[in-house]
Amino acid sequence: MKFVHDIKADFTADIVYMMCPMHLLKLDEMIKELEIGQMLEILTDYDGALEDIPAWCQKTGNEFIGIEESEDYYKFYIRKTVE
Amino acid sequence: MRKCYFDHVATNPLLPEVFDAMVPFFKEDFGNPLSVYELGIKARDVIENARISVAALINAKPSSIVFTSSGAEANNFALKGIALAKQNQGKHLIVSRVEHHSILNTARSLEKMGFVVTWLPVDKYGLVDPEVVKKAIVKETILISITHASSEIGTLEPIKEIVKIAKEKKVPLHADGVATTGNIPIDVKELGVDLYSMAAHQFYGPKGAGALYVKEGIRIVPLIYGGIQEGGRRAGTENVPAIVGMGKAAEITSRDLNSRISHCKLLRDKIIDGVSKIPNVYLTGHPENRLPHHASFVVEFIEGEAMLLMLAMKGIYAASGSACSSKALKSSPILLSMGIQSALAQGSVVFSVGIDNTLEDVEYFLNEFPQIVNRLREMSPFAKGWKTGAEGDKCYTGG
Repeated sequence: MKFVHDIKADFTADIVYMMCPMHLLKLDEMIKELEIGQMLEILTDYDGALEDIPAWCQKTGNEFIGIEESEDYYKFYIRKTVE
Repeated sequence: MRKCYFDHVATNPLLPEVFDAMVPFFKEDFGNPLSVYELGIKARDVIENARISVAALINAKPSSIVFTSSGAEANNFALKGIALAKQNQGKHLIVSRVEHHSILNTARSLEKMGFVVTWLPVDKYGLVDPEVVKKAIVKETILISITHASSEIGTLEPIKEIVKIAKEKKVPLHADGVATTGNIPIDVKELGVDLYSMAAHQFYGPKGAGALYVKEGIRIVPLIYGGIQEGGRRAGTENVPAIVGMGKAAEITSRDLNSRISHCKLLRDKIIDGVSKIPNVYLTGHPENRLPHHASFVVEFIEGEAMLLMLAMKGIYAASGSACSSKALKSSPILLSMGIQSALAQGSVVFSVGIDNTLEDVEYFLNEFPQIVNRLREMSPFAKGWKTGAEGDKCYTGG
């Protein structure tokens, strides 16, 4: 797992307390709104996202930048690299 | 015999247009909103249209509306959802003493789970003093929940002023708007509330549909886990007909609200004027700052349930704040919190009018009600000597 700090995102989706599969649905929904090169931040406390979001990035070809852990949730950073 | 339904705080009849809008979703358009084919897409679309209509009724963003099964569920969701979401920041909640049971009992259940609740007092009109709210807030406070209006006394609470204080202290505020939505204009942005509960049947929509407004950016733990319905905030296959009905009722209410208010106020004022002429009857709640369709009283020397039964025999349907169970008379905690003595609080009666009521209904009621009060007083052991004032209890009325 790649850990990052102080990443500036262009858009944030706050889905803390939402369970599976909201992290993937929100990711799919939000990434469509981004331009190529823009950064998406997903805030979630769902542990399954640790596996699912990097796997989603691999599958779709978008770049998984890494995660930052905060006290109560994770921040996932994804850069849109494909349409 | 004339039938006068004066219990619109209990529920309202479904508008025919609302019923018509709902019917196809019980029949041919029965699809599950999550299905990918046409039936599902149609169900999904009508839910989103209903969300737009409900949001418009309270001037909210559609994405901030979460449909629930009732106002009670919305209230439970607000309290438990915020308490659980913010428990790492603190475990203190502030709740008024004039809340509906869906707030009172939820707060009590949270107390059992280790949360601490400050129960705010009210004045003789049932009003929460914003300064008292200010004093109650501590570092660990994570939520303030105040009803916008109690359906028992009709008093409109100073939500806007309380929100100002809550914002200064950075504490989210939930207002229970079940009794207000559809009866007065609501603008959640102007009020500044973070969460606001509603129930469709309070504005001529169906039972089984409610909603919680959750301001953008507020994190809330779902009450019900499962699927991705309501953006993952409330799982369970949606009650599509009920949600469609709520949307239609919201749309009609937005259109008709001003005329509804004028109509109800006229009837309500006649009820207040007429009933206030009966000796030893006192208006409860605020005399002016109250729900436009709501008139509530305490009637000295007699008991609310007896009045309701005798009224029903005359075709007049009303409510009482008092509860009588297992022969043990229990006074309304809301009336007691306003300083009304227990004996007087037993004589609580609430009349709430609606669009189906007429001036003739009110005239009929005003002719019957004094006779019922007199008859019950003649039978009441507590009323001995009340006409002369010699032995009647001198009760603090609060009014």
